[in-house]
Amino acid sequence: MNELAQRLGEYRGEIVTSIVETGAMLGWALLAAVLIGLPMGTGMYLARRGGPKERGWLYSGLNGFVNVVRSVPFLLFVVALIPFTRWAVGTSFGTTAAAVPLSFVAVALYARWVEQTLVDIPRDTVELADSLGANTFQLVTRFLYPEARSGLVLSMTTVTISMISYSTIMGVVGGGGVGDFAIRYGYQRYEYDIMYVTIAVIVVLVMLIQTFGTRLSMALDHRSR
Amino acid sequence: MIEFDQVTKSYTQRGARPGGPVHALHEVSLSVGESEIFGVVGESGSGKSTLLRMVNALELPSSGAITVNGVNLAALRPRDRRAQRRRIGMIFQQFNLLANKTVLANVALPLNLHQRLGGLAERGLGSRERPGADAPSADRAREMLDFVNMGAQASKHPAQLSGGEKQRVAIARALVNEPDILLCDEPTSSLDSQHTDEVMATLLRVRAEMGTSILLVSHELDVIRGACDRSAILESGRLTGIAEIARLQARESFESYSERARKYLEGDQE
Repeated sequence: MNELAQRLGEYRGEIVTSIVETGAMLGWALLAAVLIGLPMGTGMYLARRGGPKERGWLYSGLNGFVNVVRSVPFLLFVVALIPFTRWAVGTSFGTTAAAVPLSFVAVALYARWVEQTLVDIPRDTVELADSLGANTFQLVTRFLYPEARSGLVLSMTTVTISMISYSTIMGVVGGGGVGDFAIRYGYQRYEYDIMYVTIAVIVVLVMLIQTFGTRLSMALDHRSR
Repeated sequence: MIEFDQVTKSYTQRGARPGGPVHALHEVSLSVGESEIFGVVGESGSGKSTLLRMVNALELPSSGAITVNGVNLAALRPRDRRAQRRRIGMIFQQFNLLANKTVLANVALPLNLHQRLGGLAERGLGSRERPGADAPSADRAREMLDFVNMGAQASKHPAQLSGGEKQRVAIARALVNEPDILLCDEPTSSLDSQHTDEVMATLLRVRAEMGTSILLVSHELDVIRGACDRSAILESGRLTGIAEIARLQARESFESYSERARKYLEGDQE
């Protein structure tokens, strides 16, 4: 045990670096999820068949994008996206480059969650907005988002946790991160105890994020109180 | 005030086999006067809700014309139509209050939709607003809540209210823009008799004190008889008649529950 603690102490610098790398990849991916995935999911909700602003061509396009991104196995997706990544951020290697495919997946996942969350809002809410003369932007920002906010937070929690899982394989493009640390030291150098400690750290992190997300969502939800 | 001229509304059902369109309304003509409480009765599927929703152009006629204060909403551009809708209040069977907003924020919502610049007032009216938020819309919303006797509940959320209280809040919200017309879509159908009486008494006060014209759709004949001056009777989308309702009854029908219970139990009624 003392020996493990000693080795953990030795790797302290690398552990901190890998946590920062995971944080950076997650940060970019979740920023993309909010800035692109939220409007995209809202667009899918509005444009879907029977939606408030039905537009078949728009829904088909967005829905197709989400389905394609979600269905390609992630490791293949990372590799297949390399030309785009190189064009977008100038390199296909490193933490910033790793954030590109992660962002794609985060956008697609969150867009689908947003669409599903908004579908659960009673149709009466849309009718109310119409009767009050609200335009589409007001419908979304003054009626749908306030009513859906607890669901949107829970969805973001789920996406965040998925992204932690996805980020663990980003070592293949030099993205680093906690998962990469566990594989390099735990698996490739046969220091399995290091790997188990790292997994335990990730489990604790996921539990903390889920607890925070659930509590925030409950605090925002006044539907049954 | 409201004129229906030979209005027909028909639907072609999605995915249905080719065939004739389904008529929700068929050549309906009627007019509703200023400060009138006008009922529309009919069974489920008779077209009464369609008729109501056409007044504020939530549904557009297939043929014929509807004019509200001389304006044909169906002929307007969407933007102008939205502006007109803001001058027509509406309440619903399921109240349609926003669950995550306080009572006060729900009532202030229509006012905040009007404010093109920034919505500063609404920021003072979020779910955690301080009582006494200083925006003019908050003052106006409080005034309306007092009118429906819900001033003390301003900081509650809708889930904390009874059905009758929710509908009174919805009435306050519908009236906060001082509309000339109030559309009521089965406003008491999900309420017990006591709450029905509270809501109907409130609607009678709206007409008496504000002069608002009220179009009241209901399948409850007692409600129509107790509140309306006249009522259209719809059957399968066709107007089969317009009943003149004796004015005398309007005042009697919405006395308090306990008063009515006493009369009924003592055999003092009908």
